Amino acid sequence: MSADRPGDGEGSPAADGSGSPSADDPTSPPADGPAVDPESAPDTSLSFGDAPLLSLSDVAVSFGDVDVVSGVDLRVEAGSLVGLVGPNGAGKTTVLRAATGAVEPDAGTVRIGGDPAASLSAREVGRRVASVPQATNLAFDFRVRHVVEMGRTPHLGRFDAHGVEDDAAVNAAMAAADVERFADRSITEVSGGERQRVLLARALAQAAPLLLLDEPTASLDVNHAVETLELVRSFVDEGARGAIAAIHDLDAAARYCDEVVVLANGGVQAAGPPESVLSASAVGAAFDAEAFVGRNPATGTPAVTAFPQSDVSARRVHVVGTGRPAARVVARLAAAGHDPSVGVVPAGDAAAGAAADAGATAVTAPPFEGPTGETVAAARDLAAGADATVAVGADASGADESRDTPGPNAEVAAAADRLVRVPADVDDAALLDAVATAFEE
Amino acid sequence: MRPWVRSAAWSAAIAALLAVVVVVSAAIGPVRIPPETVVKSVLNALAVPAGIETTGGVGPLSVPGVGPLTLPGFDLAFASPFAFPVDAVHQQIVVGVRLPRILLAALVGFALAAAGTVMQGFFRNPMADPSIIGVSSGAAVGAVAFIVFPVALSTTIALPLVGSVEVALSRGAGTSLFAFVGALAAAFGVYAIATRGGRTPVATLLLAGVAVQTFLGAVVSYLQLQAGESLRQIVAWLMGHLSGAAWSEVAVTAVVVPPLFAVLLAYARDLNVLLLGEEEARGLGIAVERTKRILLAASALVTAAGVAFAGVIGFVGLIVPHMLRLVVGPDHRVLLPTAALSGGTFLVAADTVARSAAAEYPVGIITAAVGAPFFVYLLVTREVSEL
Repeated sequence: MSADRPGDGEGSPAADGSGSPSADDPTSPPADGPAVDPESAPDTSLSFGDAPLLSLSDVAVSFGDVDVVSGVDLRVEAGSLVGLVGPNGAGKTTVLRAATGAVEPDAGTVRIGGDPAASLSAREVGRRVASVPQATNLAFDFRVRHVVEMGRTPHLGRFDAHGVEDDAAVNAAMAAADVERFADRSITEVSGGERQRVLLARALAQAAPLLLLDEPTASLDVNHAVETLELVRSFVDEGARGAIAAIHDLDAAARYCDEVVVLANGGVQAAGPPESVLSASAVGAAFDAEAFVGRNPATGTPAVTAFPQSDVSARRVHVVGTGRPAARVVARLAAAGHDPSVGVVPAGDAAAGAAADAGATAVTAPPFEGPTGETVAAARDLAAGADATVAVGADASGADESRDTPGPNAEVAAAADRLVRVPADVDDAALLDAVATAFEE
Repeated sequence: MRPWVRSAAWSAAIAALLAVVVVVSAAIGPVRIPPETVVKSVLNALAVPAGIETTGGVGPLSVPGVGPLTLPGFDLAFASPFAFPVDAVHQQIVVGVRLPRILLAALVGFALAAAGTVMQGFFRNPMADPSIIGVSSGAAVGAVAFIVFPVALSTTIALPLVGSVEVALSRGAGTSLFAFVGALAAAFGVYAIATRGGRTPVATLLLAGVAVQTFLGAVVSYLQLQAGESLRQIVAWLMGHLSGAAWSEVAVTAVVVPPLFAVLLAYARDLNVLLLGEEEARGLGIAVERTKRILLAASALVTAAGVAFAGVIGFVGLIVPHMLRLVVGPDHRVLLPTAALSGGTFLVAADTVARSAAAEYPVGIITAAVGAPFFVYLLVTREVSEL
């Protein structure tokens, strides 16, 4: 057991977390994750045949007169990690609570391992489902190890003492969740993030085939957030086990989940693999926001960027410019509902990628060769046909005094009826305003 | 160290302390008796079952069709293994006068501290004590009502075969019986008020307890106005007292308290998990509502048994669990037995002080006078909300 190191709480991961938003996390191969050692891992041989670990069919829950969710169908199969996403108040936690029987559904059935949850004793539910709550309100100063040991409760008879198997499960769980360092500290003295990992360790010690997580990474630093999800991933990948997690971070959901269930407006809005579910329209509708779904350059999984609702009338807009500034403009216009196009840009340019993610047309020229007359003509046509054309940055505007000859994009810009010039660092509101103003002229 | 091993070690140490305090207490009084004489007197009084002897039996009974019949009776024969030469007066003072009072104090303190520990964990509230579910107020109403309006508690019960038996209760026993019944009625009332659809939210239970306590307090005040000459007796009862304790009272308490304590101890681990909150406890396989009912019922009975004979003795159930939590930590497997034994020790010590003063004081005054300053000390030295 490691020595108590006071004050060592959240310090170590800070270096990794310096200023890198989660979307730019480098992909860590699964081997880097704190994999559960199959030898020391607790026995989870509980098997339900072909029955899914969890299935909700047509479940409705209300609190008093307020319907929280209705008509919820979802399944968690063995080997699958299901992400439950949705705006605040969509009922993610309520669905998870219904799954354990903590709230009784007003309609529909919840089955755990094929058996109706209502027919199972609390103890049996505890053996089948382990929950990681958002927070715990434990105010008495139990040692961290003792809190993890409480995970063994459903496996112990009233007069049983902890056996060798229980100790092994507790030790393996504490190692996996990286809480050994403060195992002998009081639960009231550890930080919020450490507490959350203690709860994860407790759930792992419970050794149930189904793991239920409510915002497991909400108060974790970037390093432990990734490690937690890697841990859940390896838990799920290791045999007949599954997990369902309410997750706020859509990028993380896309990266780790086999299936994403979008919960919004009192029901399931969409469900399926993250690639198909996390579309701009689905995310926009669910979260009542404007969204652009691109690709995380590091992981290749969908990366969702949300913008505030802007309430513009949709138009055809052509964008002239290259690189990240033009990509950003394309993404913002697409999210706002405009139909953007971009060109001429070098193939593989960030703006071309953004256009591809948005399903927009991009006129590209082979990199390092420069545009041909043909591609420039195509771009000129797009600009001429658009309701407005946005020239991004000095480079594209043709106004760059230092150049001897105007670039090819100056020709494209010249073809536009309504041309809006915006600086490369234009902010979102100014961009949308400028485009809107162009229409009024 | 394993929790139960730790628990046994601590309990043995505190039980030894309790034994020492009992002996010292029995030595103190108007007649000073050397501690070794106390021990010898106690050993002399020990009786162990030594065999079975036949007695006269029951009968003759008239069973129709058979004629007169005498059933042989059996009884346990007891033998005293020790016969130390002890002054008969000392022997009588120790065994006949002081010991029942001391043992009743130990049992009542044990019961109150055990119930207080459970209630603090159950309500996840450091201010909880055994009276929180109305037990003490109910007992007070029962006892005061009996003191003000005594009814003759004697009845003749006709039993088949044996004939009629005259059952009568003394005034003291009547007060205790009414207090016990009042305590349980109040606790059940609080529980019934707070229960809706099979669920008993802890917060509702707490508030229902406050409401019922307030109401019963009004009833007691009204009865005191009606009391007339028995007012002094009422005040003495309400302040908590152990004077005039009889072996019969010790016997009743000793029969009621330990089995209920065993039930509470069997649920110690569930109580730990309940501290996480009910929903988490359910997730960890605890049948929450059933566990709560068992804990409530056992605590109410334990407390009722305590207050029925000793009246309302404050602070034992509140401060002793806190003191022990500081010493042994929050694990109820260790905390519950050690707090209970410490509660017994504390009350024996407090009652010794109460009866050695020039004029005898009700023990409730001593426990409150010692307990309140200690509680203030807890408040100022550490955040009690974090306990």
